[in-house]
Amino acid sequence: MKLKLNIWRQEDANAKGQFENYDLDGIDGDMSFLEMLDVLNNNLIEQGVEPVEFDHDCREGICGMCSLQINGEPHGPDRRVTTCQLHMRKFKDGDTITIEPFRAKAFPVVKDLVVDRSAFDRIQHAGGYISVNTSGNTQDANSIPIEKENADMAFNAATCIGCGACVAACKNASAMLFTSAKVSQYALLPQGEVEATERVLNMVEQMDKEGFGNCTNTGACEIECPKGISLENIARLNREYLSASFKG
Amino acid sequence: MSILDSKIPSGPIAEKWTKHKNEINLVNPANKRNIDIIVVGTGLAGASAAATLAELGYNVKTFCFQDSPRRAHSIAAQGGINASKNYQGDGDSDYRLFYDTVKGGDYRSREANVYRLAEVSSNIIDQCVAQGVPFAREYGGLLDNRSFGGVLVSRTFYAKGQTGQQLLLGAYSAMNRQINRGKIQAFNRHEMMDIVKVDGKARGIIARNLVTGEIERHSAHAVVLASGGYGNVFFLSTNAMGSNVTAAWRAHKKGAFFANPCFTQIHPTCIPVSGDLQAKLTLMSESLRNDGRIWVPKHKKDAEAIRAGKLKPTEIKEEDRDYYLERRYPAFGNLVPRDVASRAAKERCDAGYGVNKTGQAVYLDFASAIERYGKEKAFSSGHKNPSQEEIIKLGKEVVESKYGNLFDMYQKITDQNPYETPMMIFPAVHYTMGGLWVDYNLMTTIPGCYAAGEANFSDHGANRLGASALMQGLADGYFVLPYTIGDYLSSDIQTGPISTETKEFEQAEKEVRDSLDRLMNIKGDKPVDYFHRKLGLIMWNKCGMSRNEKELKEAIEEIAQLREEFYSNVRIPGKATVKNAELEKASRVADFLELGELFAKDALERNESCGGHFREEYQTEDGEALRDDENYRYVSAWEYKGQPKDAVLHKEQLIFENIELKTRSYK
Repeated sequence: MKLKLNIWRQEDANAKGQFENYDLDGIDGDMSFLEMLDVLNNNLIEQGVEPVEFDHDCREGICGMCSLQINGEPHGPDRRVTTCQLHMRKFKDGDTITIEPFRAKAFPVVKDLVVDRSAFDRIQHAGGYISVNTSGNTQDANSIPIEKENADMAFNAATCIGCGACVAACKNASAMLFTSAKVSQYALLPQGEVEATERVLNMVEQMDKEGFGNCTNTGACEIECPKGISLENIARLNREYLSASFKG
Repeated sequence: MSILDSKIPSGPIAEKWTKHKNEINLVNPANKRNIDIIVVGTGLAGASAAATLAELGYNVKTFCFQDSPRRAHSIAAQGGINASKNYQGDGDSDYRLFYDTVKGGDYRSREANVYRLAEVSSNIIDQCVAQGVPFAREYGGLLDNRSFGGVLVSRTFYAKGQTGQQLLLGAYSAMNRQINRGKIQAFNRHEMMDIVKVDGKARGIIARNLVTGEIERHSAHAVVLASGGYGNVFFLSTNAMGSNVTAAWRAHKKGAFFANPCFTQIHPTCIPVSGDLQAKLTLMSESLRNDGRIWVPKHKKDAEAIRAGKLKPTEIKEEDRDYYLERRYPAFGNLVPRDVASRAAKERCDAGYGVNKTGQAVYLDFASAIERYGKEKAFSSGHKNPSQEEIIKLGKEVVESKYGNLFDMYQKITDQNPYETPMMIFPAVHYTMGGLWVDYNLMTTIPGCYAAGEANFSDHGANRLGASALMQGLADGYFVLPYTIGDYLSSDIQTGPISTETKEFEQAEKEVRDSLDRLMNIKGDKPVDYFHRKLGLIMWNKCGMSRNEKELKEAIEEIAQLREEFYSNVRIPGKATVKNAELEKASRVADFLELGELFAKDALERNESCGGHFREEYQTEDGEALRDDENYRYVSAWEYKGQPKDAVLHKEQLIFENIELKTRSYK
């Protein structure tokens, strides 16, 4: 198929960016969106033009490295997929596709479509862990039975890939879904209980410090989340935060 | 005569590690504060090593090319992690895990290392659970297990099909704790470009900041390379696009021997190639083979009709299907090890029974599992006479709860519903068993330079069993390196900070700058991927699932030529002083173009078939691998001497005192 691409180009964090148009031909429906960009870049390099920079790595939907706002939606029009798992069969011959970086103050542009999501790491540094030594001298793994339902819910929260789609989807650029997934995973497990108060307070404080906006319960994050992280986690975060505020 | 000293402790196998830990030197906690360690790569091995070393009190600097350690490719591992917990009471033990791993590796791994791996495996599970890794549980609240290829017990712990993700996030969280304490400095979006040696010892690295293009010097008392494998030498593989051999290869060029480069695992259950411009292959977890049955049509005319789109797999009657693994290997059936399953698929496809357009695919069918589970579920929930429809519905629910995310992923990629029609799969390059040669302490032939996880060679032999890579990564990082590195560093407590303002750092930095300038100044016509794809084709066709002398010799020539062409005709637009993904790739592909040649040379030298290395000249009458223990029971460790063709072979003879070498049979 033939496509018209409208792509954001920006040399570095301080440069002024703008959209550029590119025509592309010979795209097959079985190609992934990123393979389509590989073809574009191949053409650009052969023409002596600098290729478009975008983040990607595992290309199987799990590392969370790929991003891209495609026609106004994080990870594009398909539900529950990352950009690397979006396939060109979702588009039609002759389509115009607009490709932008995730837009959020807390995610500054690095170059072209690449943004800096290290704010997520810093939220994790603030308490996204259980303070256990890595010596291996811990108790037997089966000594604390965990209800299957809780283990499954903790797992579901833990499947967050930290891609930032929730932030990009939110009109306030809020990081609540991401932070709540992390808080929930540990809140649902007995191992995480001991430092639950400190964890939620520190992580929320860091989240605010990074410049993410507030949550106004519009739910766009859940719709765009490639891993289907549920809004229930935000409710759980709010409960944890409230109870921690009383204790704290 | 070999100059390789494996430093395997003396004594009975089950006591070696304890004895060694009791005898090696320790570093006093106050002195650990004065010692710096660099960890390159933050996957399972690197992140767990960094966290543990920092926790012990060392100052740790980590480096990864991704924007966050959480993205390392360990995250993509699906199936599970082995441990000899014997929670199922099915007869598992440290010895059995050790035995299965050595046998599965076709007797080309080091006994002492593998035993240690089995010994610490239980601790890994305890550790991860304590860190909040949400492993799958049964309704009683206890941990669930499943079985994997090549094994007759259920010892695999898992978190749906995302075990690697959960284990990596566990190690990453342990790192975060240390980052928060200031004990780890994390350098993300950085690539190690070279290792720096002072007085023969590894004393630091030269890194490139991938955002600013700056070349940086970082010193340390020891360097740990946990930079993963080199499967991307094939271009198409299940590895992440950025996975590369650079850190290991540059260390090789500075004196670290490279071991068994030809041992590459071809994973049997990947989504087949769909087009010429494909960049990446996706693995479907091997755990699917627990319930999926693999088959191709029994009659060629049916296979041809399927390829032409005239027949659907569901229209082929049971008696017209060839469940070739069950037929050839009745004892293990669909659960034979990866190399055996892969070769059997290739054999059927080469014989004309392949089932996709290109003829390079076989079926992985869940219909009978859906029916079996449906009946069970109906029965246990009180429906003693369920209709076929109910059975299928219930069965699909059970299969979904076990493999739902994998089925979704398959459907997204192929646009086909695997609950309704069998999956199509084909083998693809997955994991590299070769890597930097290390001794029992995981030290390479460069003093002070260690290699952990997939970057070293020691534990997997010629073939890797499922759920053993995650185990090795975490064992090395959490439980082995933190002890063994102390033994080395105990003689460094007087050294003090290592300056980067020395001629050694200056020289290494200059070499890095020169090599980047050289690449930027070629200004040819072709993008980097053009060369990478060409290299990949040579590797797949001539050094892939089967190899022979003639083609290996051709591959060596062709790769050398391609390398020349690369250095005269690659085009890298932009500048070296900003973010430049093409330059990053070019630098990595330059290394693959050298490694590929050494790979072929190693495969040519090994006149036997073993594990992932199948030499067509050495096979039994019915097409099984023919090992030669008398002449090839060794690790080949290559010493760099300039061009790959000049590399010098050293041999570490493998000694098997506890396991009798047998022909692997899964019949």
